[in-house]
Amino acid sequence: MGVRVLKPGLLTTIQDLGRNGYQSQGFGVSGVMDRRSFTIANLLLDNPQDEAVIEFTLIGPTLEFTSETIIAVTGGNFQPMVNKRPIKMYTAIYMNKGDILEFAGCKTGCRGYIAFSSFLNVPLVMGSRSTNIKCGIGGFQGRKLRERDLIIFRQKRRYLPQFLSRSLDINEFQNQEEITLRVVLGPQNDYFTEKGIETFLSGVYTVSKDYDRMGCRLEGPMIESKGGTDIISDGIAFGCIQVPSGKPIILLADRQTTGGYAKIATIASVDIPKLAQQKPGNTVRFTAVTVEEAAKLILDEEREFESFRNEIRKPCAEVLTSRLTAKRLSKLFVRAGD
Amino acid sequence: MKQTAKISAVGDCAVLVELGSEISPEINARVISLVQLIKEQPIEGAADTIPTFCSLLVNYDPRVISYEKICRRLSDLARLDTRTDEKSAKVFQIPVCYSGDYAPDIEYIAERAGLSVQEVIKIHSGRDYLIYMLGFMPGFPYLGGLDERIHTPRLEVPRVQIRAGSVGIGGTQTGIYPLDSPGGWQLLGMTPLKTYDPTREKPILFEAGDYIRFVPIEKSEFEEIKARVDDGSYEYSF
Repeated sequence: MGVRVLKPGLLTTIQDLGRNGYQSQGFGVSGVMDRRSFTIANLLLDNPQDEAVIEFTLIGPTLEFTSETIIAVTGGNFQPMVNKRPIKMYTAIYMNKGDILEFAGCKTGCRGYIAFSSFLNVPLVMGSRSTNIKCGIGGFQGRKLRERDLIIFRQKRRYLPQFLSRSLDINEFQNQEEITLRVVLGPQNDYFTEKGIETFLSGVYTVSKDYDRMGCRLEGPMIESKGGTDIISDGIAFGCIQVPSGKPIILLADRQTTGGYAKIATIASVDIPKLAQQKPGNTVRFTAVTVEEAAKLILDEEREFESFRNEIRKPCAEVLTSRLTAKRLSKLFVRAGD
Repeated sequence: MKQTAKISAVGDCAVLVELGSEISPEINARVISLVQLIKEQPIEGAADTIPTFCSLLVNYDPRVISYEKICRRLSDLARLDTRTDEKSAKVFQIPVCYSGDYAPDIEYIAERAGLSVQEVIKIHSGRDYLIYMLGFMPGFPYLGGLDERIHTPRLEVPRVQIRAGSVGIGGTQTGIYPLDSPGGWQLLGMTPLKTYDPTREKPILFEAGDYIRFVPIEKSEFEEIKARVDDGSYEYSF
């Protein structure tokens, strides 16, 4: 059995790391917008790193569990509740048959993630479970989730070792009103004047309402080009910043594979999640880093993930070692006796 | 002719290899042969590539290979002198019905060009088109070499829905819509083939560097081929 959608939320889809290997044929990658929250959600459950999750935007879904499983909720703080009681985010939570997961409202961030220890049973299409809404493939019937959809699980996986240790103290999308995104300039920064680059790197840009999984249009000071920004179409990467008419557009998970506008810069991979968690009206600044610095940030984050893995796999001392428990108890008594 | 490649960073997970700055079959052939070379001599850590008119975007995993190293490897490969005529490019035969509901704009194209409909069909199906690249949507081919006589500007008001398989002309280009989508191209025919089918082992028929030849068919043949495509018995010919 699995999980039934009672209320779908605004834009709730099944995503993994995307459909790679077909970009040469014009096929977009899709996949999660915030890879950091996605990675941590799977990590908390010892899931494969690329396991499909539910991604939701601005309004969370209401889900009824028709069988037991373990979940982890990460990303923006949507105030998750199970059977009307608040639960901790970034924590493995055991769900019983009949439990209802819902969200009281988006407090921080913009997107949330739910990972499942029993794995969502939707077909692999071209190597991925990601929903590509434009093509109507992947995920649950190639579309966003609707009321009454029932997603079944692939496995009965209801036990995780060190269950009580599986919690991380993370709350990272507070104070998101203004963020600074590190960018690597290029590949077509030479299409812009020196003044244009300076405007881009010093200006404050506002996330407009034109913000979806495909891209994020920013409002702010005009970026001066040397003589237009039309180029012979070339390939696009996750986080490329096009400047079609003086204003930046950041291309995200559901981007096209190719485009005909000069790209002034590309966001450092580790900073894309920050943007993915921005709401319309929030502001963004850009600061340039070298490609080597950006690569180092990826390696640093990888080490951070490794430390998370170690943290959640620590044996839960209170449960396992009676000596330690006894010691702590005796401390309590000493304090009480003072 | 040997040329050096310009390689630049596209963020921290991709590089762009530029092999020229114009749309020409020669430069595009260098792009395609670089794709081929990467297939033959895989670079550890390199992933999806996106070949376009005159450049190649190569995605990579910086946890596996450094920026400096992938640049060096790609620049070595790009320097290799590959003769593209040794490669056997595929020519896909695409049956197209150029009449009736399938060709709502063919009379306009003919009238504008001062030609008969028959002449437009003859011109459009009379040559092989190089697939410079696939982009815009899954399997949408950017074709080179449309005869100047039938260049036709796009519709002023794009259609809300164009059916998959529609063959159209947009300015100086011709192409096939791989899936239902809005679009502004002038439609002169339709193919019963599915150039894109996510359930097929090879979801997208062509690759950049292949050629397309349009083969005129009658309405009756269209229905017959469509039935065979739908039940999976159609054999694609190239």
